[in-house]
Amino acid sequence: MIKRNILSGLLLFALSFSVSSLLAQDVALIKKEQLFAWKNTTADSIYVVNFWATWCAPCVKELPAFDSLQQAYAELPLQVILVSTDFRKNLESKVLPFVEKKQIQSTVVFMDERNPNDYIDLLNPEWSGAIPATFIFSGKNKKTAFHEGDLSYKELEDLLLETIQE
Amino acid sequence: MYKKLLLLGFLIAGLGMAFTTTNEPTGYAVGDTAKDFKLKNVDGKMVSLKSMKKAKGYIVVFTCNHCPYALAYQDRIIELHNKYAELGYPVVAINPNDKDRSPGDSFDKMQERAKEKDYPFVYLYDEKQDVARSFGATRTPHVYILDKNMKVQYIGAIDDNSESAEDASEKYVENAVDALIKGESVAVTQTKAIGCTIKWKK
Repeated sequence: MIKRNILSGLLLFALSFSVSSLLAQDVALIKKEQLFAWKNTTADSIYVVNFWATWCAPCVKELPAFDSLQQAYAELPLQVILVSTDFRKNLESKVLPFVEKKQIQSTVVFMDERNPNDYIDLLNPEWSGAIPATFIFSGKNKKTAFHEGDLSYKELEDLLLETIQE
Repeated sequence: MYKKLLLLGFLIAGLGMAFTTTNEPTGYAVGDTAKDFKLKNVDGKMVSLKSMKKAKGYIVVFTCNHCPYALAYQDRIIELHNKYAELGYPVVAINPNDKDRSPGDSFDKMQERAKEKDYPFVYLYDEKQDVARSFGATRTPHVYILDKNMKVQYIGAIDDNSESAEDASEKYVENAVDALIKGESVAVTQTKAIGCTIKWKK
């Protein structure tokens, strides 16, 4: 019995592995717990987490600023994460081709939660749920920043610098 | 001199903080009394809430033509009206988007959509964006349920699954209106959803 459980566990593991490798651009599906892990990080890490969708024009427009930020601050323990909130049915048909076509350098993940009420307020009660929305979590000084609406590169950089200031 | 500079530094830092943490006026909260408004409907007539004589309350939905989340909810909004208008709670749909920033949301396009989908409810154009501002709407779709005294009873999402109506397990708006009809208080008065930002005039 135990053996069988282990075997099926292994099978499941292998299966999930092959499913994720099918998603060629490494767009991982994440659950809300992953967001909270970034938010509550106590390591030196700095997470810049942006919520976007392929259909959201202001989001798409500001994406290059996030890639530039990641590059400009490569010496910091900074990770830019672009969280797609597209519909699940559009992951393969829209999100993956988009990530490939735009050659997005930053980490792209897919929000695999059904009900946004499970994470919006927990990330920040000030977030109404409108996108684009950007969070910065700085583990070292425990500071966070939040902005709803689009950002220029300059605004994004200022927000980062303010947040990581000791 | 040094002290003054330091003070200035503090001031600037404070100002910066103020800019990043202050939000625009937040509009109505649950329990507030909404102000009536008058907006142009797709049929060209001006509509106010008070002009809807049979209403015992209102399901005010800030929505628009182009947003995929608004589109996903389009049929559900029609169903809400068909179910609740005769019970005294009509849908009042309002498009607050600036037509220059979102050409798909112009008044002409609203008329087209209303005709195409045979909207049974009024679809109003908030051209000056005053109504969206006074309510504090930020995204589409964004629902405000008002009772007969214009008191805000619910703010938030239509249900808990924007992608698929069948998979929604919590029908927030229906639950709220059902409660009001029965004379009960609304259990869940506030929810959130991912949505498109309202396209404010620049």
